[in-house]
Amino acid sequence: MKRVVFRSRWLPYALLAPQIAVTLIFFFWPALRAIESSFFIEDAFGFAREFVAFENYARLFADAGYLKSFRTTLIFGVGVTALAMSIALALAVAANRVLQATTLYRTLIIWPYAVAPALAGVIWFFLMNPSLGIVAYWLDLLGYDWNHYQNGDQALLMVIVAAAWKQISYNFLFFLAGLQSIPKSMMEAAAIDRAGPWRRFWTITFPLLSPTTFFLLVINFVYAFFETFALIHATTSGGPSDSTSILVFRVYQTGFVGQDYGSSAAQSVILMALVIGLTVIQFRYVERRVNY
Amino acid sequence: MVENRPLATFVTHAVLIAGVVFLCFPVWMALVASTHGPEALSKAPIPLWFGDQGWQNYRDLLTTGLPEAGGVPVGLMMLNSLIMALGITIGKIAISLIAAYAIVYFRFPFRMGFFWMIFITLMLPVEVRILPTFDVITRLDMLNTYHGLIIPLIASATATFLFRQFFLTIPDELVEAARIDGAGPLKFFRDILLPLSRTNIAALFIILFIYGWNQYLWPLIVTTEENLYTVVMGIQRMANSGESLPVWHYIMGTAMLALIPPVVVVLAMQRLFVKGLVESEK
Repeated sequence: MKRVVFRSRWLPYALLAPQIAVTLIFFFWPALRAIESSFFIEDAFGFAREFVAFENYARLFADAGYLKSFRTTLIFGVGVTALAMSIALALAVAANRVLQATTLYRTLIIWPYAVAPALAGVIWFFLMNPSLGIVAYWLDLLGYDWNHYQNGDQALLMVIVAAAWKQISYNFLFFLAGLQSIPKSMMEAAAIDRAGPWRRFWTITFPLLSPTTFFLLVINFVYAFFETFALIHATTSGGPSDSTSILVFRVYQTGFVGQDYGSSAAQSVILMALVIGLTVIQFRYVERRVNY
Repeated sequence: MVENRPLATFVTHAVLIAGVVFLCFPVWMALVASTHGPEALSKAPIPLWFGDQGWQNYRDLLTTGLPEAGGVPVGLMMLNSLIMALGITIGKIAISLIAAYAIVYFRFPFRMGFFWMIFITLMLPVEVRILPTFDVITRLDMLNTYHGLIIPLIASATATFLFRQFFLTIPDELVEAARIDGAGPLKFFRDILLPLSRTNIAALFIILFIYGWNQYLWPLIVTTEENLYTVVMGIQRMANSGESLPVWHYIMGTAMLALIPPVVVVLAMQRLFVKGLVESEK
């Protein structure tokens, strides 16, 4: 809080005006409209609409496809988070050990952050292509038949790997920053007490990293749930037979392709509730720091 | 390092090298594929080393484009991406700077109300409210325009927070001194606050440029005219090119062209990038 401030009747409002205008027009208005239209059923031409209270929501939760999409999203989220965080942690611990070469390895590891999820998806799509992808070819040599055009589980695995691949560098940077803030003296004390590297990792490093880990957990889930739309859309388009149709993809699919405005709005509202929940968790716990 | 263990050092390097290979290999394959002709990529196994079609592929892409992607040259798509990315970046930084300045250096009614209004936008990614936002854009007649691509994305809670945190660390004596010397709020902002914020602005610029360049869903729904396609979004048209077989050498070439600018920015300004990323997420 500043002690010394400027006095002006109009200037602060003028300074805030652009930000607030954009926020009102492109955030609040659409969000309120989403809530509003989730209570209506509209015909395809937008001429007539009928108030149906919670019917859109009821229909969603009675829809086996939507419930399956929840399950898919959860598997996808857990898969991406687990894969991206464990690989990143291993790399960060290793990079923190090699003293001179840390910067070199860091350079080689961080660049995928800049690759758009859509591009990550398209490139992995190419690597895994059943007829000419190099990874699919190697899997074939090992006697494993890969075809994500027909096998839904394989398609889901492919998008998980592609999404995690892109996220590793982000997690790596935060883990590395967390590791570098752990005092060296603590490690040395433990080493003098004859704790080996493995034991030191689990009893000192890992607990001290828990605030970073928790923060990354939330960020990774938000990434997997919402920012991977592009990856799905550019590759599998939710297929085969909805096996990679995560919730954000479904909002788009129902609204733009299926033209079911009410249902899409109801899905938007459910997703907004989900993001707000995740953000609240993040702020409540990250602010307070995880205790150990 | 706490103690010297040759085996542990070996394992450490092995882990790191495996990780680097895992991260680099997909892009290596994309780069290699973009230098071959269609015949080399028609059956497995595809080559692991460069072909001789590279220059021709990239020249075709940049100047004429593909019929599968609406015949727009990738050069034009990259220009659109650049305009969108710079528009979003500069817009976000400009309006966040002045908003944070108002919130930190003035006392006025509803100050905290505005603050929370900006804060809440953090929770509403464009993906979850896509249809109503599209509806708003249609009503405002902003489809197929550059400002339609840019303006809806320039509100930024993250940037406002970052600048707010930074302004709070600036000593009050500076304001006092400026006031004694007769500087008004605008002069103080321009001559003292802006120069002090230079590093923060630069760090944020990198993060936001990548964010802007990599936008996908928004250009996908706001642009129907091919001349406005951005490269990250345009590639999807090639990969899903309906009945004809995908032209992988062109697709991978486009992927390389789309990922080179942001990757170069990250690598060239690594120190600022790390600072911007770690601080903007705190």
